[in-house]
Amino acid sequence: MDRVDLSALFLHSLVLWFVAVGGPSTILPDFHRYVVEAHQLMTSTEFAELYTLAQAAPGPNFMYVTLIGWHLAGWAGAATMTIPVLVPATTLSLLVGHMNERYPNAPIGRAIRRGMAPIAIGLTFASATILMRAVNHDWRGYLLTLVTVVLVLRTSWNPLWLLAAGALAGVLGLV
Amino acid sequence: MEQTELHETRVTPYQLFLTFSWITLSGFGGIMFWARRRLVERERWLTEQQFVELLTLGQLLPGPPGLNLTVMVGYRFGGWTGAAAAVGGFVGWPCLVVIGMGILYQHYGALAQVQRALAGMSIVAAGLLFATFVKVAKVLPRRSRPWLFVMLAFVGVGVLRWPLFWVVGALAPWALFAAWKEKV
Repeated sequence: MDRVDLSALFLHSLVLWFVAVGGPSTILPDFHRYVVEAHQLMTSTEFAELYTLAQAAPGPNFMYVTLIGWHLAGWAGAATMTIPVLVPATTLSLLVGHMNERYPNAPIGRAIRRGMAPIAIGLTFASATILMRAVNHDWRGYLLTLVTVVLVLRTSWNPLWLLAAGALAGVLGLV
Repeated sequence: MEQTELHETRVTPYQLFLTFSWITLSGFGGIMFWARRRLVERERWLTEQQFVELLTLGQLLPGPPGLNLTVMVGYRFGGWTGAAAAVGGFVGWPCLVVIGMGILYQHYGALAQVQRALAGMSIVAAGLLFATFVKVAKVLPRRSRPWLFVMLAFVGVGVLRWPLFWVVGALAPWALFAAWKEKV
């Protein structure tokens, strides 16, 4: 195993996040390539385990990078992997947010917000479909997804209970 | 959209911190559902239309869409400090939780159970995302063109599994051109 070069890791992930349009899953293969293949900082199995563990935690789905950083070099590693995530969001998004507030009626802003909204909505539908197909193995899973949609749209139950029921069903091997 | 009414709503950084802490700590298997539920339905800081607009910008900008949304909402209602407070709540807790889970995992293992629980939870999370889609899609005008773009984006990414970057890149000029012409 190589010794972990935190500054190189920091720069690499900073570059990745600036090109990560469409969310954390788009750059997962690049992180795998860097950490597992190019620098052999952990095995592919360890990488997959940490990814799974992080997905089970609440929060945005980029937390796997924090856990990988922590695994490599403790708190310093966690910071090395987490701070680059925040950089594009706190620079570009803040700039866009600022322009949006300052010039709410600018034609280009309107065209982007109105014109691109259908694409963003289509992508939300695509994400839901991809997730559903990745995790469901038989009709019981699809049924649970369908029941969730109906309950969320028709009742005011707190969906955290549904998530807990799903987790329980998973542990018991029902879905 | 009427943007002027927004600036009457002033939210303290502490409220933003609490709200985004709640969103992130509820967000098993994705946070968009919870962000919409809290910001649109509970707090009523954003209309459905405004949420869709920020969601759109968040997806187009590099970096995690949820984090981009958090920054823009924090900034809109609380300026710089609001954005910092929102991000602190949104990222801080999950960092602690995920590292805590890493420590527990080193001591106890049990990845098989975690995997099964995660699988069950993700099945529900997919349903939450579909429900989010149904709700946000209501803001689209009942004309064929916006829905054509919804379908093309969905088929490109969700069915054909082409890279999102190229699908969005190919559709964006047409979508922008159409929206630009429509306004005039």
